Amino acid sequence: MRFLSARLSAKRRSPLAGVVVLLMGLLFTGGVSATLSSAVATDDLASDQALVDQGRQLFLVGCASCHGRNAEGVVTQDGDSQYGPSLVGVGAAAVDFQVATGRMPMANPSAQAPRKPAVYNEEETRALSAYVASLGPGPSIPTSEQYDPASIPDDEREESLVRGGEFFRTNCTACHNFDGSGGALPGGKYAPTLNGVDAKHIYEAMLTGPQQMPVFSDDVLKPEEKRDVIAYVKSLEENPGYGGFSMGALGPVSEGLFGWLIGIGGLVGFAVWIAAHTAKSEKRKKA
Amino acid sequence: MSSIQTNGKTAATATKPSKAGAAATWVDDRVGIAGAAKKNIRKVFPDHWSFMLGEIALWSFVILLLSGVFLTLWFKPSMAEVIYDGSYEQYRGLHMSEAYASTLEISFDVRGGLLMRQIHHWAAQLFIAAMFVHLLRVFFTGAFRKPRELNWVIGSLLLLLGILEGFTGYSLPDDLLSGTGLRIADGIMKSSPVIGTYLSFFLFGGEFPGDVIIPRLYAIHILLLPGLLLALIGAHMMLLVYHKHTQWPGPGRTEQNVVGYPMMPVYAAKAGGFFFIVFGVTALMGALLSINPVWKYGPYNPAEVTAGSQPDWYMGFNEGLMRIMPAWEYEIGGFTLPLSVFLPAALLPVVLLSVVMFYPFIEQWITGDKREHHLLQRPREAPNRTAFMVALMTFYGLLWAAGGNDILAVVFRLDLNQITYFMRVAVVVGPVLAFIIARRWAISLQRHDQEKLLHGYETGVIMRSPDGEYTERHLPISEAEAFTITARDREEVPALTSGEDVNGVPAPTARKDRLRARLQHFWYADNVQKPTRAELEAARHHAQHELEVHAGEEHAADGHQFDGRHDIHGEELRKH
Amino acid sequence: MTHNPDQPALPGNEDAVNDPHAPVPAEPIDNPGLPAHHWRPTDVDPAAEKRAERQVATLFGIASLMSILFVVAYFAFEVGEDPDTFLGLGASTLFLGLTLGTALLLIGIGAIQWARKLMSDVEMVEHRHPAASSDEDRASAVAALRQGADDSGIARRPLIRNSLLGALALLGLPAIVGLRDLGPAPGNALAHTVWRKGMRIVNDVSGTPIRPEEVEIGQLVNAEPSVFFDADENGEPIMDGHEVLVEKTKAAVILVRMQPRDITPLEERANWGVDGILCYSKICTHVGCPISLWEQQSHHLLCPCHQSTFDLADNGKVIFGPAGHALPQLPMGVDDEGYLIALSDFEEPVGPSYWERGE
Repeated sequence: MRFLSARLSAKRRSPLAGVVVLLMGLLFTGGVSATLSSAVATDDLASDQALVDQGRQLFLVGCASCHGRNAEGVVTQDGDSQYGPSLVGVGAAAVDFQVATGRMPMANPSAQAPRKPAVYNEEETRALSAYVASLGPGPSIPTSEQYDPASIPDDEREESLVRGGEFFRTNCTACHNFDGSGGALPGGKYAPTLNGVDAKHIYEAMLTGPQQMPVFSDDVLKPEEKRDVIAYVKSLEENPGYGGFSMGALGPVSEGLFGWLIGIGGLVGFAVWIAAHTAKSEKRKKA
Repeated sequence: MSSIQTNGKTAATATKPSKAGAAATWVDDRVGIAGAAKKNIRKVFPDHWSFMLGEIALWSFVILLLSGVFLTLWFKPSMAEVIYDGSYEQYRGLHMSEAYASTLEISFDVRGGLLMRQIHHWAAQLFIAAMFVHLLRVFFTGAFRKPRELNWVIGSLLLLLGILEGFTGYSLPDDLLSGTGLRIADGIMKSSPVIGTYLSFFLFGGEFPGDVIIPRLYAIHILLLPGLLLALIGAHMMLLVYHKHTQWPGPGRTEQNVVGYPMMPVYAAKAGGFFFIVFGVTALMGALLSINPVWKYGPYNPAEVTAGSQPDWYMGFNEGLMRIMPAWEYEIGGFTLPLSVFLPAALLPVVLLSVVMFYPFIEQWITGDKREHHLLQRPREAPNRTAFMVALMTFYGLLWAAGGNDILAVVFRLDLNQITYFMRVAVVVGPVLAFIIARRWAISLQRHDQEKLLHGYETGVIMRSPDGEYTERHLPISEAEAFTITARDREEVPALTSGEDVNGVPAPTARKDRLRARLQHFWYADNVQKPTRAELEAARHHAQHELEVHAGEEHAADGHQFDGRHDIHGEELRKH
Repeated sequence: MTHNPDQPALPGNEDAVNDPHAPVPAEPIDNPGLPAHHWRPTDVDPAAEKRAERQVATLFGIASLMSILFVVAYFAFEVGEDPDTFLGLGASTLFLGLTLGTALLLIGIGAIQWARKLMSDVEMVEHRHPAASSDEDRASAVAALRQGADDSGIARRPLIRNSLLGALALLGLPAIVGLRDLGPAPGNALAHTVWRKGMRIVNDVSGTPIRPEEVEIGQLVNAEPSVFFDADENGEPIMDGHEVLVEKTKAAVILVRMQPRDITPLEERANWGVDGILCYSKICTHVGCPISLWEQQSHHLLCPCHQSTFDLADNGKVIFGPAGHALPQLPMGVDDEGYLIALSDFEEPVGPSYWERGE
């Protein structure tokens, strides 16, 4: 906590810093207990039959038209591609990511399901996750201890950030850009921005590889390494704009655009003013 | 008002020796500068906003020198590996080059360091952008014509050196983005036939990235290129002073004079003031807009890359062509020729620069015009020249956009591949269309000028004649405007020659002559020539007659009160 | 300049008056000469003049204030580890830039306002001269040059002239040869990487070896040869930082796992993968950017630099973009302990094409 409070008070200089630190402390202790309980809950998700049944009901109404009545997937008429893929074995984590970020249910078929306001509430999402988890073994919803950067001990935080940054630049920036602003993929698809995405959802995305995103399994990219990546991403968000407004953090293209529009535009404006004739008087000068 | 003021005609009236006078005397006793000074202190510069575009480039260069010196005080051009222990928490303990670590130090530990870095980078972008717009102004107005061709060539070289200077500077911080840029430059060098790998190994001192490229680029960036730039800028300015600035035609402004304000004090104040304005705008941009946030890119690592890896804007055009090139790679006798790299990245810039650099000579060869020109032309007065540059700009602009195709795709939710396919067609078709449209447009504007000259301008007043016909009332334009429009050369459209003499024997240069005659014909044939004095007078007489006919009618308004071009103070607007 | 009293004495019309060769009849309109000068309010109205003077002085005054504020901001705001912020921006950079920029801008605006409002705006006329020197000057210059050449005897002494030219031409040799040590000859350095038979493929950054069962369908692993992370018996790294960078430029790889049924390997590559896991060079064959935009569903790999797209299910073939040839594949197997290893070095040079690549 000492480190955290130093950061907060120094960078934000907010009179509320103390309150925030207190809240963070509460969150942290609360998080630990919640972690313990949710770890159990996740394992139990599929064994809670009532929840599974509730999830099945929701699934039949909202998802079955694309994914099939038993989540076995629906193949398009030509048989080449899937209308909606099979969900057997995708795990609770995939459902939680897709549904909680509003990607599923899809509003209309397009190259990629965009992030949008979630359709189901938390309880319904849990029920859907439980149902899909009951279909076959798959990654379960991560615990907050796994994904929450706040669970990193203070004395390891700096090291975690540095390592997370290295993993981030090696595995993530190629698609999501150096600042997590997102980037283009072929055929109208794109890697979405990471700014403002929940730590839990970032973790789930790495774990399950939604849509075109590759999987980063826990065996290869260890849970604590994933957490480091999340810590780094969040630190990018928290950093002040050291050099001013970021202009979308898209790199030299937006810099060039602003250079021309504001720099050259402004200076040409000044040149016009400098060369413009001033107001003329009708009077004549007395010789 | 005093009568005519011409340069150096006003006698010096210093009566008592002032301190400044004493200092001037001291200097002149030793360097004898009064002779040169008397000619230049009151040297006349014409006033027009478009004449200040080059000044933006000049002042940006001065800002680059000032801010650059500041940065050299802390920057360490070394690729030696260090373990970072500075203020930026996310990298503490990370291995990186000294160059990158010192860039972080400038950004985070030197007060004003980040500001200076950003000022330096913005000034670099403005420097090259201003050279571009200055080039366009000079081109579109024909200011490159004799006797200024050499200055045009010097200007083109300045543009080339400026871009190289920009690229070397972009590479120095050794961050992930600039390292990726160098990696691409390495790939481009390797694509050269025969000598490619040698070029790469010699520049990088071995295999990429090696450990010498940053110090080498540093020497080039802070010594070699600025020296060349300074020398050429000096030559550019000296020629400008010697030739005297071009001016727009107008009453009293001819090929033989230059009308404007004196160097001292008006231009000193305006140009000097403009320096502060350019510096001020750059500083404000440096304060508010984050440019090249190297701390976000991370130290260079050849196994890492970021989405949105682009060069600075001035390299965008060949980046664009590199992106849209089809995958042309050929094996010739066991050797590999990667044309999809070599053509866009190595050949295109050379070809484009050569076309621009030698344009004045090409145009001169076509038109055969060897006279001196000091009056500017409006773009419409040389439709082919204008259309040529518009086509070139279209080509450049499309490539520029193609260089940011991934950003376009992500910002406008477009399909990356479709942008690329579109651009492949557009860079060929677009310039041709642009040429045709711009050329016709310019000719239409010529016709419009002719119309104004012969039939007057449209007042916007609609008249109904007694038999019900509606016509718009035209009024003659002012004498000054009419003179300005006619202050251009009368062109003679040459006849097409066969290149043969009367006996049908082709001259040794027949082919060349025929080509030239055809080009010349194309150059001039569709232009509208200004009227002769007789034609103009006939037209005016006719217009006068029309007005007189209507003068007796009840609705005598000729419309001049309503067109906003005349002072109507004290005039009775309507008789009824 | 002499003025003919019969002619209009308008400034700017002198040439029409004095130039006997001017083809006057061809021009449709006579040059009306410079329009009469109009005075500005500041020229004729002392109050306006005073106002303008105060305005300019105020601008300069605020500029001075800004310079002082710059100094204040310099010492007031922290940089470094705990930088002060303002509205989420770095306060030091922001305020230093705003004060400096405003000071500069106001000095500039003040100077120009001074020129526009208060300095004389009576236009002056200066005459042009042809760029060329006069004929006499030219003749004397040529004569002087000839005299100099004659004095030197360069034309009469071809032996001296030619030997000098030869000596100067040969000076080019030291200039070129002196640069030879800029770098070593390429040799076949580009054709090889550090990959060897049996070398483990390890996760980049962490250096952990990888078992095939840890890699899921749709997974991407950015990997490196283990030699970058190995230590010798003394615990020292085998390769130092700079050497690693050079080798990484060629040796970086990616591992991907696809459904084995989706993969269509070339005949000789049938055994290069392990259960649908394939290993490809990470270095784009276009100009060498590291590529890892892996689309797990379409099996396409996109380069973020110039959008070359490779189909990893189909031997790394180029399916879009400017890259000239397929992405090299690393033959891969499993060692006794069950970790993924290389079966050999790449069989072709990795990275961008170059002239001698095919050799």
